[in-house]
Amino acid sequence: MPTPQTLYEKIWNAHVVEQRDDGTCLIFIDRHLVHEVTSPQAFEGLRVAGRRVRRPDLTLAVPDHNLPTTARLDGNGQHVPIADPESAQQLEALERNAPEFGIAYINATDIKQGIVHVVGPEQGFSLPGTTIVCGDSHTACHGGLGALAFGIGTSEVEHVLATQTLQLTRSKSMEVRVEGELGPGVSAKDVVLHITGVLGASGGTGHVIEYTGAVIRALSIEGRLTISNMAIEHGARAGLVAPDDTTFAYLKGRPMAPKGAQWDAAVAYWRSLATDTAAVYDKVVTINAADIAPSVTWGTSPEDVLPITGIVPDPSTFADPSKQEAAKKSLAYMGLTPGTAMTDIEVQNVFIGSCTNSRIEDLRAAAAILKGRKKAANVKWAIVVPGSGLVKHQAEAEGLHRIFIDAGLEWREPGCSACLGMNPDKVPAGERCASTSNRNFVGRQGPGARTHLVSPAMAAAAAVTGKLTDVRELMN
Amino acid sequence: MKPISSVIGRAYPLGLKNIDTDIIIPAAWLKTISRSGLGKGAFQSLREVSGNVFDDPAYAGAPILIAGDNFGCGSSREHAAWAMADLGISAVIAPSFSDIFSGNAFKNGLLAIVLPQDAIDRLMEVAQTDSIHIDLETQTVTTPFQDRFAFEIDPFRKHCLMNGVDEIGLTLKSSDAISTYETKISAQQPWLTPNIA
Repeated sequence: MPTPQTLYEKIWNAHVVEQRDDGTCLIFIDRHLVHEVTSPQAFEGLRVAGRRVRRPDLTLAVPDHNLPTTARLDGNGQHVPIADPESAQQLEALERNAPEFGIAYINATDIKQGIVHVVGPEQGFSLPGTTIVCGDSHTACHGGLGALAFGIGTSEVEHVLATQTLQLTRSKSMEVRVEGELGPGVSAKDVVLHITGVLGASGGTGHVIEYTGAVIRALSIEGRLTISNMAIEHGARAGLVAPDDTTFAYLKGRPMAPKGAQWDAAVAYWRSLATDTAAVYDKVVTINAADIAPSVTWGTSPEDVLPITGIVPDPSTFADPSKQEAAKKSLAYMGLTPGTAMTDIEVQNVFIGSCTNSRIEDLRAAAAILKGRKKAANVKWAIVVPGSGLVKHQAEAEGLHRIFIDAGLEWREPGCSACLGMNPDKVPAGERCASTSNRNFVGRQGPGARTHLVSPAMAAAAAVTGKLTDVRELMN
Repeated sequence: MKPISSVIGRAYPLGLKNIDTDIIIPAAWLKTISRSGLGKGAFQSLREVSGNVFDDPAYAGAPILIAGDNFGCGSSREHAAWAMADLGISAVIAPSFSDIFSGNAFKNGLLAIVLPQDAIDRLMEVAQTDSIHIDLETQTVTTPFQDRFAFEIDPFRKHCLMNGVDEIGLTLKSSDAISTYETKISAQQPWLTPNIA
């Protein structure tokens, strides 16, 4: 009888090209997503060494990080130039490099353009059982489809372009099992924030995490992508959800997914990938859904998570002295006083978007709260940034954009936007943002910006009341 | 990559945990299409605070950084390793590193040395006044006070660092094996090639 294997082991073993005596493996990469920020130096490296891209047919380039999310075409259908010369130069570099190396390129005004991690699944480029890399740590996202997907640095981008492989050592495996049923107002984002709070920012380091249990099985693909997206926030380079009928229904008919008899063969293979009953993970963590409330971060690490009903913690109550020190610094940066109820914290900005929460289901959840309501007067800036042109199109077909605009929110073009402060969408210094993005790091949304990570429904609730709010109070 | 066998000199006693790559190099610096010149933006938010270790003349030009748990977490930006190298840092010592940062550091000949917290505490103390010696061959960190801490390193990474191996060049020697794999997979799983066009 073959040795029982986890989903991770099955995908890993299927991609070993060579194994060296020291355990390092040459792993084949099935899919490579390229964006403008982490690729210019890699293409330059290829050029200097006179190397070509080995498999342009497995590579897809899309700009997302730098792009302004304001209108890209003017009233006459002409391209609006990008004001920041450095951003413009980086985008031009990708526009030049992609055709030079024979790589398919989705341009900024194509309806298919969007955040790489939204585009990959949406196009059926990302498939279960494949290895997917991108020069972006949130590549873990694609694990929601059952792909072994992880972020890489620019040297590795160059390595994959040149060889379609990476030199890797096998990670440990961890199962995070979420049992039970989610309560009202509790979404996939709350689940992953809660997991990050439980594991800590480095709890998954050295591991690939498989998310299992009734809660995960009941989630849509959008929800699973949200969870796997933030695997990196608890230290795991990759997250995985075993592919099932939900996965296959999501992928069937997508433009780059297999068709006809090929589709049937693919599904049969994907079904074989589930972790064997007798397989053993290196570590298992079990979480009860009943313990998960709508969640929010209070500090400057994604592990600083509280239920919305919580109060700002007192650093002296942390057992670990280094955590006490970190909490003091976090609270000083965040301008918060221990003992303050989270629901008493006012926000001046609301951001609904990012590779974590910009899919159609996220926009529907936000719109359900905003429908018939207005944003609070103290909320100066509130934007909704769809994850792709296709998400934008779908949302407009459903009339969601009307709900956002009527509530006083701005409806933008797709891109990474205010998640990372490298395009014009930034949160002003000293101001707070209820944000559906993935990182509350110091300066992440702009120098001095104070980020509170929340779900789309919670961000919408904050927009309505002008402070962090328990979304359950606005439901019915 | 230049071969590296040891790093000797003063160390910035930073010591904080969860130093993410947004702190090492903020996003505003990622718009470059070059690898150089990022030192100016390194640790920007920390350097805005007066009395920070990076601008303390006692540590000027220090080749080593001592940090807390989970160094380099967050974004995969290799700019973090480039910025540190540009600042003159050749090695970081911490109780743990994020997986992506430790890979990026390795690719740039920047040593990411893992030592337990008590060793870090001792080195933070020594760093106030004296130099630290990292020897890759013997896998040890030593001080002028007879401290001696052994560290683990992946043998492949050690070999590449000590010999300045071009990893892409090394992998390209396996081109035949890659071709064999591609042939086998395209026969077994023909649906794997995406319909890009």
